[in-house]
Amino acid sequence: MSFFDLKGTLKPLTALKQFGKKPHTISYPKESTEAAERYRGLHYNELEECIGCGNCSIICQNKAIDMIHVEGIEGSGGDSGLRPRVDNGRCCWCALCVEVCPTGSLSLTKDYMYVSDDADSFLFTPGVDNPEGKEILSFTTSDGVSLNTFNRVPMPELEGMERVKSFAEVVLGYNEEMALEEASRCISCGLCTEVCPEHMHIPEYINAIAAGKNDDAVRIIYDNNPLPEMCGKVCTRRCEDVCAIAVRGEAVAIRWLKRYATETAQTAEITKEIVNPEIKEPNGYKVGIVGAGPAGLTAGYYLALRGYDVTIYEANAKAGGMTMYGIPKYRFPLDSLDKQIEYIEKIGVKIKYNTKVGKDISFEKIYTESDAVFMGVGFPEAWTLGIDGEDAKGSMQAVNFLHEVNAGEKIDVGKKVAVIGGGNVAIDAARVSARLGAEVTILYRRRVQDMPADWEEIEGAEQEGINIVPQTIPVKILTDEKGKVKAIEYLMAEMVADDKGGRPKPVAIEGSNKVLELDSIMGAIGQQGDYSFLEGDFEAKIKVERGRIVVDENQQTTDPKVYAGGDAVNRTADAISAIADGFKACKAIDAALAEKR
Amino acid sequence: MREKATTLYFGPQHPGITGNMMIRLKVEGDTIVKATTEVGYLHRAFEKLQEKRNWLQSFTMMCRFCVPETDPMEELYARAVETIEGREVPERAKYIRVMVLELARLASFMLWYGGQNGSLGLYTMGQWSVGDRNYILDLFEELTGGRVYHMYIWPGGVRRDLPKGFEQKVIKTMDYLEKRLGDYDDLMFDNAIFKKRTQGVGIVDKDTAVEHGVVGAVLRGCGIKSDIRIDEPYEVYSKLDFEVPTSEGADIWARALVRRQEARQSIRIIRQVIDMMPGGAVYNKIPNPQKWKLPKGDAYVRVESVRGEVGLYAVSDGGTMPRRIHLRGAAYVHGITLLEDVLVGENIADVSAIMNSLGTCPPEIER
Repeated sequence: MSFFDLKGTLKPLTALKQFGKKPHTISYPKESTEAAERYRGLHYNELEECIGCGNCSIICQNKAIDMIHVEGIEGSGGDSGLRPRVDNGRCCWCALCVEVCPTGSLSLTKDYMYVSDDADSFLFTPGVDNPEGKEILSFTTSDGVSLNTFNRVPMPELEGMERVKSFAEVVLGYNEEMALEEASRCISCGLCTEVCPEHMHIPEYINAIAAGKNDDAVRIIYDNNPLPEMCGKVCTRRCEDVCAIAVRGEAVAIRWLKRYATETAQTAEITKEIVNPEIKEPNGYKVGIVGAGPAGLTAGYYLALRGYDVTIYEANAKAGGMTMYGIPKYRFPLDSLDKQIEYIEKIGVKIKYNTKVGKDISFEKIYTESDAVFMGVGFPEAWTLGIDGEDAKGSMQAVNFLHEVNAGEKIDVGKKVAVIGGGNVAIDAARVSARLGAEVTILYRRRVQDMPADWEEIEGAEQEGINIVPQTIPVKILTDEKGKVKAIEYLMAEMVADDKGGRPKPVAIEGSNKVLELDSIMGAIGQQGDYSFLEGDFEAKIKVERGRIVVDENQQTTDPKVYAGGDAVNRTADAISAIADGFKACKAIDAALAEKR
Repeated sequence: MREKATTLYFGPQHPGITGNMMIRLKVEGDTIVKATTEVGYLHRAFEKLQEKRNWLQSFTMMCRFCVPETDPMEELYARAVETIEGREVPERAKYIRVMVLELARLASFMLWYGGQNGSLGLYTMGQWSVGDRNYILDLFEELTGGRVYHMYIWPGGVRRDLPKGFEQKVIKTMDYLEKRLGDYDDLMFDNAIFKKRTQGVGIVDKDTAVEHGVVGAVLRGCGIKSDIRIDEPYEVYSKLDFEVPTSEGADIWARALVRRQEARQSIRIIRQVIDMMPGGAVYNKIPNPQKWKLPKGDAYVRVESVRGEVGLYAVSDGGTMPRRIHLRGAAYVHGITLLEDVLVGENIADVSAIMNSLGTCPPEIER
């Protein structure tokens, strides 16, 4: 290098050619550029779509999101009523909250300027503090990029026409791999726990299943449900209706997961070994329970654990109530029920079978011998259709039909059967009839989508070749000369909107009469209670209103010593509500008797 | 008469230094006789924090290991997780990853241009290159939603596919930058001041480099051809045609020349990647992050960043969170042991230039 580098001195001066050119970064007057389409700026939350599951709060690795109450938003089933609040002082705008939002309500916007001298205002409730954010959404989630798994692991089942050949269980159950995969979809938001009548610890046991710890799952499940395998097979599973994943996908198969976990304990002994519950020393108090259905069994189980001397009086030869005699065996096999009853008996609950209260033993005797009484008597009597010919031979009540079939009796329903109704009992009766070799038609007043039965049951019935005729109103049952059912005459109905805002009502179309030939007809339009065992003083002391026993929030009847639960009390008429009633009654009885001690 | 030695504290403030760290300089006149590095001002315990975050949450921390070039860190983490889990990455995602990594390399070069020249008082160059870097950041903003912290390369692929017309925008930016690199030469490599200040300054010869375990442009600047992209190709680098420039000078000038040539290679790679990019998915979805477990195992993966080879060691104990994440960055050697050696005998005024030239990145030293 020479002492004086001429080239090196002159070359940099070529920078002068940039003179007068538009600068790269700063411009006068100031021009602002809009943020990119995908910019990760301040949050925005669509408050109506958000269900307050809190998954954003869980994923936030800066702990910048907490869930708060927002004025004007009330929680309901499937909505916690909480909404995310972001601490903009902590947020790193990674947008993982957006990626895991199951509803897709949370997004980031193009807005990135937030200037305030009030440090508290850094706590920012998206959607509430920036309603205008809706117009400038940028980083959003879509089904394709979401980190939630929206598709359920399909449940293996017997093929439709194969099923009707026997009473073999239709649902085959998950294997370990399937269960782990399905359990891993749960985001542990707990919205399910809120709507479960029994408030089962759903996220906890699903987490245990996902971690491969089935024994832990079983222990968690038995904490407040002594009949979980039954629930795992036939629960009405309101939990799944509110599952956060179900907003954009298929709900986590909570029921099937519970079934999987409890089925790993194959016998009552193994169940007892796994659950290994603490059974308190006998406390000397006696509790009498009327009816060994889900409500009675639950109350009995948890009272026995608390040291009470429990005796259940059951009219039938087997315990389980409607889950034994109402639910067909292809849904809930006998060995599964037997296993659970055996386990409950092992804990120390005494069940007196074939002992009908009011006939074999008086209610008064139970009342005087016990320190508290629980009634889980259910709704054993069917409502009749109230049309001509209902007394004919071949006309029966679906609930009685199911009872007899489940009790092992042989019933000839003939070749053609019609079932009237749209609830689970109607579908059960139809599917059982199909298994007895009949061609089955279901006549229902409203539309298929209005049927109160479980959608999976309806689908199952359709797969088994059962014909569902909606919008039909039975007129009369026609009989032959021997007084046997020959056919049913019915009218077609049209759906008319309800003025009061209720669901649309079916109104018969004049002259649309149709006749369906058949050998048997079954009514399945609902059941009612039978309180004839409450004789003497008890008829007055224990108040019954509109067919249901009146209880307070502790399941206590108008007689302070008597508690009640199950179908005879609640309107939901499902097993899990009965279990919840039993559990509540147990706690109330325990508290009431503890005061005496 | 012998001059009396004085102690000077260089840093820990950021200006004139590549990040918050300090060098205690023992000087005699203008000449350094001893340099002792003092770090600890920037320690944020990221590696430890990651042990308390699940495998997905941890990914968002990676970009903070080194601010000027975040994507190689994300790439490391993604590849470590994929190696442990055996997760496949879609072909398209691999091409996108390479494009992003090379764009990041370019952006980092631009910032280095600014730092290297700024440390010598040549500020025009810095204004130009940092201004031009903005065009790359614009591309990042459009692609990832973030300008500096991209959080884009994640386990299983990349977060989003390219926006519509993105390829054309990249090519347009590359055309522009290619032209600008010529302007930079006029202002920098043909500049008498730059030559005088850099030639023969901050020498790292072959022996010193090997002894210290030096990597990247510093190693190539003393004539050793080494590049992870060639030596242990990852993603789709083995399918691409590019060169690894070296220089024999072993001084700041030589390292600057290497980097300047590398910038052109990056542009060449980006053009190839865009040409060859297949269609298809960009992401092999991970399960629910809350319950996402990695099998028991560990992985050590390497990438070539602007500063050189960076390695990441990840250990899984079979749970939902990393048992250990350890990052071995180039800056750790370059910024502590090597720097202490190289500074001896140099002039105080050259400390900043040498630090820039070695690629010392304090946030990478202190994880």
